Amino acid sequence: MAKKYADLVKNAVGRMVPTEVNGQKQVPFQGVGKFKPETSKHGPKIVSCADFPEDGNKEVTSLKEALVKAGLKDGMTISTHHHFRNGDLLANKIFDIAKELGVKDLRWVPSASFPCHEHLIQYLEDGTIHHIEGSMNGPLGRFASYGKMRGLGVLRSHGGRYQAIQDGEVKIDIAIIGAACADPFGNANGLYGSSASGLLGFALADSQYADKVIVVTDNMVPFPCIPWQIQGNYVDYTVQVDQVGIPEKIVSGTTQITKSPDRLLLAEMTAQLCWEAGIIRDGFSFQSGAGGTSLAVGDYFAKIMRKEGIKARFARGGSNKYLVSMLEEGLIEYILDGQTFDLKGVQSMADNPNHVWTSPFTSYNYHGKGNFAGLVDVVILGATEVDVNFNANVVTHSDGLLLHGIGGWQNCLFSKTVILPIPLFRDRIPVILDEVTTICGPGELIDVIVTERGIAINPKRKDLIEALKDSTLPIKTIEELKDEAEKICGKPAKANFDDELVAVIKWVDGTIIDSVRKVKP
Amino acid sequence: MSNKIATAGNMGKKVRSDCFVTLELKDSGGISIEQKSKVQVMYGESNKKLCEDILSFFEIKNAQLTIEDSGALPLVIAARIEAAVKELIDTDKEYLLDIIEENKYTSEKEQFRFSRLYLPGNTPSMMLNAGIHDPNGIILDLEDSVAFNKKKEAQLLVRNALRGINFYGAERMVRINQFPKGLEDIKYLIPHNVHMLLVPKCEGADQIKQLEVKIDELRKQHKVERPIYLMPIIESALGVEKAFEIATASENVVAMAIGLEDYTADLGARRTNEAVESFYARTRMVNACKAARIQAIDSVFSDVADMDALRENVKTSKGLGFEGMGCIHPRQIKVIHESFAPEAEEIDKAKKIVNAFIDATEKGLGVVSLGTKMIDPPVVKRAEKTINLAISLGLISENWREEFLNEQAG
Repeated sequence: MAKKYADLVKNAVGRMVPTEVNGQKQVPFQGVGKFKPETSKHGPKIVSCADFPEDGNKEVTSLKEALVKAGLKDGMTISTHHHFRNGDLLANKIFDIAKELGVKDLRWVPSASFPCHEHLIQYLEDGTIHHIEGSMNGPLGRFASYGKMRGLGVLRSHGGRYQAIQDGEVKIDIAIIGAACADPFGNANGLYGSSASGLLGFALADSQYADKVIVVTDNMVPFPCIPWQIQGNYVDYTVQVDQVGIPEKIVSGTTQITKSPDRLLLAEMTAQLCWEAGIIRDGFSFQSGAGGTSLAVGDYFAKIMRKEGIKARFARGGSNKYLVSMLEEGLIEYILDGQTFDLKGVQSMADNPNHVWTSPFTSYNYHGKGNFAGLVDVVILGATEVDVNFNANVVTHSDGLLLHGIGGWQNCLFSKTVILPIPLFRDRIPVILDEVTTICGPGELIDVIVTERGIAINPKRKDLIEALKDSTLPIKTIEELKDEAEKICGKPAKANFDDELVAVIKWVDGTIIDSVRKVKP
Repeated sequence: MSNKIATAGNMGKKVRSDCFVTLELKDSGGISIEQKSKVQVMYGESNKKLCEDILSFFEIKNAQLTIEDSGALPLVIAARIEAAVKELIDTDKEYLLDIIEENKYTSEKEQFRFSRLYLPGNTPSMMLNAGIHDPNGIILDLEDSVAFNKKKEAQLLVRNALRGINFYGAERMVRINQFPKGLEDIKYLIPHNVHMLLVPKCEGADQIKQLEVKIDELRKQHKVERPIYLMPIIESALGVEKAFEIATASENVVAMAIGLEDYTADLGARRTNEAVESFYARTRMVNACKAARIQAIDSVFSDVADMDALRENVKTSKGLGFEGMGCIHPRQIKVIHESFAPEAEEIDKAKKIVNAFIDATEKGLGVVSLGTKMIDPPVVKRAEKTINLAISLGLISENWREEFLNEQAG
């Protein structure tokens, strides 16, 4: 097996990053928009219809049979997706089978992992799984943080994952796509059935570029499965199982508007700022995440739009009942949706032609001829930490533990205005620091930090500063905010890191923007 | 003292920004400090120094101190340790952290008291951000929201909060315990720039007078020159009958509030949304306040989710002559301010009066008149209040007069 990593160099944001990871050469981050590869995209092998069933029925009797037929063996790269979120039953089952078959050293490339995947820690320990390339949430992140993973973790954004697969940076041997609804030919969607999650966009790249593709469903319908969000023409095998996901855990999560008065205040200030800066105007577009604060921002947007008679041309999802009600009320013309967070969202996507499903290719891929994220007027995002240069962190906490994935966060930074509403401190942990623990997004792309004690505008955004110069909002410098946090909380000591790396953070173009170090227990 | 182990503070899954301390005095072995903290990496070292400093301040040489910390600020940790120490040792010493500069402001008899936000006196997490919601007053409550066995540690926490938590200009209030227990609370308050005491279940002028004697002793002792304002809360049938007597018991009684939960219980009636059962009490109390020339403040509205009902409630309240209301949730503040806000007509009238007053002053005239009408000084004062309020609520700009004169000229 290759070394975990080798040959650290300083990249364009001053962070030490390896030039080799798990045996693959790497490019250090060079600056936004600087790295332009001259190579071609990954070309999967040419296949022939002659090798596939004439009747189009690719169904096999079990997931195990499908994996064996797909040639599962030591050292392969296996991909899964997070459409079922914390209700996913598939990933655990795949590696149970791998263990049973005695397969070793697999590389797991999930589009995201959830606490339900804590089950897989035993396989990371016994060598069934070599390492994870994908978000590591909660227990898996903790495991990696203490340096227990055999390989180096690689974290990518949703768009970065598409880019990596498309560019051949990650060659997937077997992609297993869980679907709420599928036909025996392999056409599949996420719209119908007890495990409905809305769409299957995160599996698009895998279906197009993986060597073998398996579609697994608990709702097999006769051909044709309409609409085919995943096209059966890419699929090798289909499998019917009793259950692919636990419905109540698929659409749970943070789909309620926060009741916290402090967070509501943040949301209200954010909406007020967008209004005063002239961002909320007829025909504008926005994206606001699924967290409680972000949902509340959408709600305050709706209030302003209703009062002022303004309509948005489109909103980008994660959709949920709040966004859907704005669509139905006519405040938004289109929802361009990346994932649905509740059943109302799933229902709307199935019924309303203006509620459109997208993929990391259309929305986020940086190695494409443009993407939708860049067209959005304003995006509301979160962060665990921000520094005085507006660099932000979303993956590690100030104690150094790697606990979150990147999601679409990096990709969304290309929106015309990026606003992070975040509390100035959380349980005594200051959020604005001299230096973030891990740089996930360079400060040049982050425009406004809204905290309950003041708003900092990136000095690069002279237009915003000008537009808000007479505002009654509490506009301060980011240094003032940092000082205020330290005055209340005390100056925090730095996390206790080992020199050893446990993971790298990829930028949207495949270069490495930062490394994550091992935490001393 | 025979007892050698004491605890203070709170722990549990939902507890934040607090800590739970266990202190055991020993006969030998020196000081041993054990921390279980979610912010260990960032503040473990500084917390340890703080603990050592406090124990040495109280001259404790041998002890085991355990802290389970959910992100408590130093002022919280200090209050908790001091509370545990005082369970075990008889001492008058107080471990005081510096009072922050931002907290050294004063309040005025006449200031607006539309909203006053109640905060449980033993729950630090709610105190930290209370000021950012911009209530007119913040009440640290030592009475009903503090469990009986937590009263002592709450006194210390409230004292430390008054010194160390920035309330961003809100009037600094504390609701003390019911008479006579409340008399024991005030030594933790008077030296620490408390602006106003709320006196619950007040039933007579005598209670206010006894309280004032104690306050004056402490003011002399700690050289506190400014007055400590009082807001008695009427919460019983007897209190209602004595409303005027209470309102005029001291010149420091600048406002009086009604508490309807206890009052309706005292009546033996059920509290309804229409509030017919308390109509007499409310109007009686408003009348007593107006007769005494102090502010009449309404009870809290307890359905924190229903902002429309709150808005209606405030309108009624304002209509009866109340000038403020209690809040139990920060989101109520904005609604209360908006609903107590002066209406357009009121503002127009105030603009004319204040303008006439400025004109008269500039011309050196002793008498203010508007058209053929003379304007009395209290009317001017009231108009100024309305203008200031309208500015603070963003209803008119600070340069309103320029615009007003332009309009008049144009």
